[in-house]
Amino acid sequence: MTAHNNTPRTPPRFSSTFDPATLAEIRRAAATGIYDIRGGGTKRKLPHFDDLLFLGASMSRYPLEGYREKCGTEVTLGTRFAKKPITLKTPVTIAGMSFGALSAQAKEALGRGASTVGTSTTTGDGGMTPEERGQSKTLVYQYLPSRYGMNPVDLRKADAIEIVIGQGAKPGGGGMLLGQKISDRVAAMRTLPKGIDQRSACRHPDWTGPDDLEIKIEELREITDWEKPIYVKVGASRPYYDTALAVKAGADVVVLDGMQGGTAATQDVFIEHVGIPILAAIRPAVQALQDLDMHRKVQLIVSGGIRTGADVAKALALGADAVAIGTAALVALGDNDPQWEDEYQALGSTAGAYDDWHEGRDPAGITTQDPELSKRLDPVKAGRRLANYLSVMTLEAQTIARACGKSHLHNLEPEDLVALTVEAAAMAGVPLAGTTWVPGKTGGY
Amino acid sequence: MNAIAPDVTFDLATTPLRELNEALHKATAESNARRWRVLNPNGRHAVAVGLAMPLTVEIEGNVGYYCAGMNAEASVIIHGNAGQGVAENMMSGFVHVRGDASQSAGATAHGGMLVVDGNASARCGISMKGVDIVVKGSIGHMSAFMGQSGSLVVLGDAGEALGDSLYEAKLFVRGTVKSLGADCIEKEMRDEHKALLAQKLKAAGLEGAVDVSEFKRYGSARQLYNFHVDNASAY
Repeated sequence: MTAHNNTPRTPPRFSSTFDPATLAEIRRAAATGIYDIRGGGTKRKLPHFDDLLFLGASMSRYPLEGYREKCGTEVTLGTRFAKKPITLKTPVTIAGMSFGALSAQAKEALGRGASTVGTSTTTGDGGMTPEERGQSKTLVYQYLPSRYGMNPVDLRKADAIEIVIGQGAKPGGGGMLLGQKISDRVAAMRTLPKGIDQRSACRHPDWTGPDDLEIKIEELREITDWEKPIYVKVGASRPYYDTALAVKAGADVVVLDGMQGGTAATQDVFIEHVGIPILAAIRPAVQALQDLDMHRKVQLIVSGGIRTGADVAKALALGADAVAIGTAALVALGDNDPQWEDEYQALGSTAGAYDDWHEGRDPAGITTQDPELSKRLDPVKAGRRLANYLSVMTLEAQTIARACGKSHLHNLEPEDLVALTVEAAAMAGVPLAGTTWVPGKTGGY
Repeated sequence: MNAIAPDVTFDLATTPLRELNEALHKATAESNARRWRVLNPNGRHAVAVGLAMPLTVEIEGNVGYYCAGMNAEASVIIHGNAGQGVAENMMSGFVHVRGDASQSAGATAHGGMLVVDGNASARCGISMKGVDIVVKGSIGHMSAFMGQSGSLVVLGDAGEALGDSLYEAKLFVRGTVKSLGADCIEKEMRDEHKALLAQKLKAAGLEGAVDVSEFKRYGSARQLYNFHVDNASAY
């Protein structure tokens, strides 16, 4: 052994700045000249509901008996102006996802699952399909900048109208449904030739800004004789002002989507770098409602990374009236299921990480228009899985609420929560666990 | 003012807008009230929206935003100027603005015909999806942006960026075009296009009033239909 071999050497060390994923992306960009487009929401680690804990009952607070005492879960949306508000049995709703991005079978399954447990589902860019309307007891009709498939007949069939300003995955961005997903049926619904890329505009074609929005809302109410609740959906970026302006414009319901919320297809750089996490957005939105004396009068639905009943309970404790799920609902249907691992591998991915939804080759038959792949999803069985999952989320939220002594999920409050990290404490406006310190608000000890 | 007396008259100076629109929505195919007259609109928004029957509604004055929005089957005549988004998302029927129209006239409309006697402002026919629009005056910038199908006929001039990101809508302009938008080009005016234009002019009551050979045709170059990085500078 030589002296040279005994000399301690510096082991190979990856840069934190130029980590392997970053290096790979630089090489991919250099090879292709085009940014990465993918589906889903942000994949980076963010302050989230996992950073919050419930305190539960103790000497000064009394829990409710789990199998004896009632804990209500129903929520009524649209009580401000609509003649026909909608009442849901659970505050977990299904977020807007388009026919086009999803197969007809997947849309039907979402309707079946939601209707079984008494909640709502939502259309998306591309209009309303008969399968979806037929299987959805309560259907929210999205009013988007593209107005693909928008028509007054379907508008009157809807139970509520959701005016989409933006979404959490891409606040300020429009969309693009690539040509490979434009089947004859999708093309016909969108009044465009088959096989071409379909751009979804980022701004509405006939109004700009909150003053115009107020007039647009009046028009939609006049068309539908003031019957239907009107939601306004925004991507989380400036939640205090966006919520206040939505209320000013006359919304019945504000839908706030954090950056964890999914998309059918968007640039990775947009998904990962624009918008804020839902944890940071709820309190400012609730504050805006409270400042206007509109909390619980204009309902707040939040979305973006909701996975469990604990997430539901935490969102409601922070002041939301309901939540919406998209990605989690697709997983419940069968998205990214390990049973298709061989096919995910063939597509250069793996079950759990597959996000090339825009390519239309989804082995699970959900984010595709391919007739053979779509047939893999049985809408009845998939709907049943979604219903089971929604039931579990509701039961989990009730379990936590009873432990906190609450007879309704809406009685959960920020006082029930503490944070595990300083960041989460600041964003959620609750104390760091074991202290009375709310960063930016109180001195603590 | 009208040769035929209306069956129903609504005075918006004394009657809430909501009552007018609800009454129009309740009209049935069997109803005898086919001709409606609206007085004193005074720039009100959302007048005669969401109609779904072959009624005729004459509005005596200026209207605000979204007059005749989502119209189906009805004929709406505005004896005045129209604010933003007149006949937006119209499905069928006929909307006639006797004065000028503001921005986004006929936006996203799927069918029917919109005629503007005066000028139309910016974004006329934006994202149009099958409607026929005839403007006897001129139109503003970014008109027919992302126009998907239908036709836009302009007897006067067009502003900047006409037909930007156009799909399959057909554009005919008699006067000058300040500039064309991305992927919009002048196209040959063949006999089939002259016949189509003549048909639209006739439907707008302009048969014989103008010569189709005075128009130029514009349409999509179809170069941006599928995203390609080499075209990135055009977006």
